[in-house]
Amino acid sequence: MAGALWVVGEATSEGLARVSTEVATLARGLGEASKRDVVGVVAAADPSTAAEELARYIPRVLAIAAPEAADRSAAPAIAGRLAALVEREAPGHLLIGATPDGRDLTGFLSALLGWGVLVNAGSVEWTDGRPAVEQSVFGGKLLTTSTFTDDHGIITVRPNSTTAEPASSPGKVEPVDVAPSVELPAVTLVEHVDESSGTVPIEEARVIVAGGRGVGGPDGFSVVEELAAALGGSVGATRAAVDAGWIPFAQQIGQTGKIVKPDLYLALGISGAIQHKVGMQTAGTIVAVNRDPDAPIGEFADLFVVGDLFEIAPAIAAELRSRSG
Amino acid sequence: MRIVVLTKPVPDPAAGQERLTAEGRVDRAGSPAVVNGNDEYALEAALKLVEASPDGGEVTLLAMAPSNAPETLRKALAMGAHRGVLVTDPALEGSDTLSTARVLAAALREMEYDLVLAGADTSDGGGGVVAAGIAAILGLPYLSYAARIEPAEGRVRVRRLSATGFDVIEAPMPALVVATQGARSKEITTRALSDLDVDGATPGGAAATAKVTGSRKPEQRGATKVVRVPAPEAAKAVVDFLAQRRII
Repeated sequence: MAGALWVVGEATSEGLARVSTEVATLARGLGEASKRDVVGVVAAADPSTAAEELARYIPRVLAIAAPEAADRSAAPAIAGRLAALVEREAPGHLLIGATPDGRDLTGFLSALLGWGVLVNAGSVEWTDGRPAVEQSVFGGKLLTTSTFTDDHGIITVRPNSTTAEPASSPGKVEPVDVAPSVELPAVTLVEHVDESSGTVPIEEARVIVAGGRGVGGPDGFSVVEELAAALGGSVGATRAAVDAGWIPFAQQIGQTGKIVKPDLYLALGISGAIQHKVGMQTAGTIVAVNRDPDAPIGEFADLFVVGDLFEIAPAIAAELRSRSG
Repeated sequence: MRIVVLTKPVPDPAAGQERLTAEGRVDRAGSPAVVNGNDEYALEAALKLVEASPDGGEVTLLAMAPSNAPETLRKALAMGAHRGVLVTDPALEGSDTLSTARVLAAALREMEYDLVLAGADTSDGGGGVVAAGIAAILGLPYLSYAARIEPAEGRVRVRRLSATGFDVIEAPMPALVVATQGARSKEITTRALSDLDVDGATPGGAAATAKVTGSRKPEQRGATKVVRVPAPEAAKAVVDFLAQRRII
């Protein structure tokens, strides 16, 4: 199995993180191009649900039970066992979703294995016997292609880079036993709090409706939420709106928040300053509503509506509802 | 409370002059530099913790950067940090994330601290993997994406943001904490690579584990369509546009 491509699946409280299904789909394509085996691996207190889900995309999935992960912070709890399995089975490359847990795990594995990292891949191709990783840098101004200088490496893959497609036939899950190569210091999980309103996290959302300073206050976000609900999307915000305390930091998009790549980004009362633009400019379609005809967002939106968001956003929501009958 | 804040000077995204050198590295001389935005969150959190600590404390900046970085670090010192340590050496140019983690870990080995604070990622590299690497190398408890940091009786408790809410996690100090949001003069010493005991391979571009092989400009977005009509018609225009693009 030397040289295999490993997809490190991320277990969540619901099962498997969606980005892992995208990474698995991408890896399957790379496996065909490189004639290398593609193997999934999931390490968690109880990896079975996530491993079964990953096996819908990959022929073979290794499931590592890491009982200590039950009451600990995930990445430091599982990194030691994953590193040991990598040392034992000697895969060529690891592909991991670029989520908070995925990045933490990547940092640990890179240091424990001495492997290089290429981060935030938008696409990966197999060229000259190696993965060639395309990354968007400088806030989307440039796309670079990079390779590793040796035969190993870890690639983090940005959510929404690929559309997940299950394999034609499901794969098999193999439980494996492996002791950690090192014991990383335990970080105790004291409490798990779920605040989600049932919407998709903004990094994974296909539709985002975001509000900025022009929304005017916490009450103004009800307009943003109403339109997001009408479009089946998630709510995002600029740093100005977060700093003002109108909406939690988890929704912040931009240089100091999340980088997102939805199919539709609908910006309400957002001027489009560079610090925000770098977080959303690779969206498939950008629609902006702003009172200021000279707002910078007008320079890179696909559709720019000049007007009052408090009139236009509810009108769009009403129009959507009337068309869906 | 002694806190070290990992601080990276990055090309100022607002200046819009970021570019790569011929070797495919970030051209750090070709653009004005600023302190990475997420590191400012970490610095603000550190200053608040020291302020709230009954026995006071000290905030030290630690950066690995070119020798012209003191200018940028002075701005961070002006925010209230007490001193700065700059690891700078021509041999560090082109270091990748793994080398960076090794060098910063080596620098931290020579420092005394209760907490190391870092930003979630940087606006130039954007990988968000260096801090975890440092924790693994030093064997420090690692608590990331911290929206609230509460030290008490030798332990640190953190509210870690998750996709659906938050986790409360806890570990003994010293620990490495990655801050997300914070709240809101002095000396810089410089260390050359030879002053530090760096384990693993030598850092710098020659030892990099990855290299840039090409670059291109992204496809330009098409021209902007501007709509300036009363709300009901504007709403119809938006929904028609979304339907035409098969988004709805």
